[in-house]
Amino acid sequence: MKLRFLEVSVGVFVLLGIAALFYLAIQVSNIAEYRDRDTYHVVAYFDHIGGLKVRAPVTVSGVRIGRVAHIVYDPERFQARVTLAIQAGQDYLPADTQASIFTAGLLGEQYIALEPGGDYEMLADGDEVLFTQSALVLENMIGRVLTNLPGD
Amino acid sequence: MIEFLSGLGRSGLHWLAVLGRASAFLFRVLLAQDAVVRRFRLTLAEIYSVGVRSMLIIMVSGLFVGMVLGYQGYITLVNFGAAEALGGVVALSLVRELGPVVTALLFAGRAGSALTAEIGLMKTTEQLSAMEMMAVDPYRRVFAPRFFAGFLSMPLLAALFSAVGVMGGYIVGVGLLGVDSGSYFSQMQAVTDWHEDVMSGVIKSIVFGFVVTWIAVFQGFDAEPTSEGISRATTQTVVVSALAVLGLDFILTGLMFGDM
Repeated sequence: MKLRFLEVSVGVFVLLGIAALFYLAIQVSNIAEYRDRDTYHVVAYFDHIGGLKVRAPVTVSGVRIGRVAHIVYDPERFQARVTLAIQAGQDYLPADTQASIFTAGLLGEQYIALEPGGDYEMLADGDEVLFTQSALVLENMIGRVLTNLPGD
Repeated sequence: MIEFLSGLGRSGLHWLAVLGRASAFLFRVLLAQDAVVRRFRLTLAEIYSVGVRSMLIIMVSGLFVGMVLGYQGYITLVNFGAAEALGGVVALSLVRELGPVVTALLFAGRAGSALTAEIGLMKTTEQLSAMEMMAVDPYRRVFAPRFFAGFLSMPLLAALFSAVGVMGGYIVGVGLLGVDSGSYFSQMQAVTDWHEDVMSGVIKSIVFGFVVTWIAVFQGFDAEPTSEGISRATTQTVVVSALAVLGLDFILTGLMFGDM
């Protein structure tokens, strides 16, 4: 009887621990994203990426279809080279799709919004997004407003 | 001056000797791990006393830590109008740091000290020598099951702590302070990465389990066989474990999240 109690309680303990890990995986973390691991990579060059970070969302019409995989500075083009990892299921993006860096909310993180164009050819793995729009830099905007103010 | 230098040298040599004995001890315990499978009932009993009986204190602490995080996070975030981000704050701090570290500290106090006292008393009453006289290997019979039990229990306890803490944060944040339930969890999932955050926490808890159990079992084994020696060893277990856990946590955090 004693041993049985021991076995049952240890079993319950181990089960509870594993259940807690499952809870952390499913409810707390983004493991669902790891399920559709199959992605293809598309490259976009930006003059200025603002505060864009790796793992930032890539969206179409606000729906998340991928994330930023890699950001490096390309010294030959004097631009930032951003690699986007897009879910393999979402392979219907026309070749003239435009990529813009937007900000979610006032303090929110920056993300990449894709706007599909009208081309018949689709973006494939390794392709480059030709039309990009950089992040807005507040200081530049203020500077532009100040110079455009009507003189006295 | 010479006195000071010789004192320094003596304590340095002393600690070096302790470290050497501890390593040799760890090596022999690891070699004896086959006993964990062969004498599974012993291991079961140890998991019960080390893991199952620590469960309650871990879960209650986790609940309260999560609730406090909910309060404090809310008070800070509401100033920025970002109270919706509470879920992310609670989950990240629990999964990355507080879960493994606080669990390890509680584990050292609850289970580690008990292990040290038990083994120290076995040594003092010469049970260990008696076993050897009967050709029973104390490494297989006593140390290996206890070591394995601690090693196994720590990650499970840390996961429990984090999960219960997230629920505690939910109780306070959503239940009392009125953060939206949906944004609590969606924020959480947006910032917590399975691989980078949750698995790092699990790896931390495995390392802490290894270190704390090693220290506890070794301190018992190395205790001076007197009642005073046992009390000193028990204190040493808690102090050294706490320092080791906090120091290792700093190093592990640097290694895991340093390049972010």
